[in-house]
Amino acid sequence: MTRKGRRLTLIGAALAIIAFAAALALYALSDSIVFFYGPTEVLQKNPTPGTRLRIGGLVKAGSLVKTEDQKAAFTITDNANNVAVTYQGLLPDLFREGQGVVAEGVLEAPGRFHADTVLAKHDERYMPREVVDALKKQGRWQEGEAKP
Amino acid sequence: MWNLANPTVFIALTRRALPWLAVATAMLFAIGLWLSFAAPPDYQQGETVRIMYLHVPAAWMSTFIYGVMALAALGTLVWRHPMADAAQKAAAPLGAGFTFICLATGSLWGKPMWGTYWVWDARLTSVLVLFILYLGLIALWRTIEDAGRAARAAAILTLVGCVNLPIIKFSVDWWNTLHQPASVFRLGGPTIAPELLWPLLIMSLAFTLLFITLHVMAIRNEILRRRVARLTMMAAARDDRLAPGLAPAGMRP
Repeated sequence: MTRKGRRLTLIGAALAIIAFAAALALYALSDSIVFFYGPTEVLQKNPTPGTRLRIGGLVKAGSLVKTEDQKAAFTITDNANNVAVTYQGLLPDLFREGQGVVAEGVLEAPGRFHADTVLAKHDERYMPREVVDALKKQGRWQEGEAKP
Repeated sequence: MWNLANPTVFIALTRRALPWLAVATAMLFAIGLWLSFAAPPDYQQGETVRIMYLHVPAAWMSTFIYGVMALAALGTLVWRHPMADAAQKAAAPLGAGFTFICLATGSLWGKPMWGTYWVWDARLTSVLVLFILYLGLIALWRTIEDAGRAARAAAILTLVGCVNLPIIKFSVDWWNTLHQPASVFRLGGPTIAPELLWPLLIMSLAFTLLFITLHVMAIRNEILRRRVARLTMMAAARDDRLAPGLAPAGMRP
């Protein structure tokens, strides 16, 4: 083997080891790398009430109730399980029923969550309004169709 | 093509090519920006979606430039080619610049859409790591005085940093993130309507040409800088022979 070939093999082997180590580290840390849990994960993990965490999912259609003093109550769903969320403050512009959101706050009881921050998540779809209107007219449009 | 690896040929050829590259870049930016403002607003983001035409090309360039640097790093470590050293060194500040544009525009886009300038989700954090890697590489180049040693040290750091590239790309698939998943380079094709996608592709081409133009200019500067350094050293050595003791002590052969 030439010297260049040896150097190339050495670099390749070193990179493979580094990549493997990084993969192991990230896999081990994946629980803290995720930005939020879905309602199902929260119910499974069943953290003690009072724990701070982020819950993400879709705002369940028909669940949003706004009262005075910018208070809002809504349900975050992953279409399997639900978490009831209460919040006081300004909601982001993109917030609407069927939209993906991430709520940060404190779990009060299993399935009940008080958020102090609500962030909107938008999906990977981009299109002009007319296209959406046309799709809706044909009945081929579903709000929150893509995964949150 | 391989003649380009000769610094003298590179200087001569790029002298003629650079004006054309610059003109093509300016024209593509003119077309791309015009299309970006002429494109229809998005159904949920409205006019704010236009930040995409800066943010996404800058994000693609930030990883693409790192890829270019990694290839040059292989050229340095395996083939020990001085042109690879120059290409590596010239790319780092450009990569840092594009990554900064990506982070800044993303932050400005995040506030109106998500409701926050910054979160520590996997995509945002891994791109910040990329930015810090670029800054670290620039610092490394400046710390080591001997050009050859600096090039080898930077090449090793560059190659180690490569593990970050797949993490950036797939962070939105592997973990829950606030950042959206890929819209263009994904299985099943783009999820951007053609009216919005075309301006994005033209802008990406403009960004790519801008990088090529600036990279070529920076490599030329690096070649010339080395020539000047070598000539200065030779002149200092000659002066030292003619009048010993006048040249600074460090320059004596």
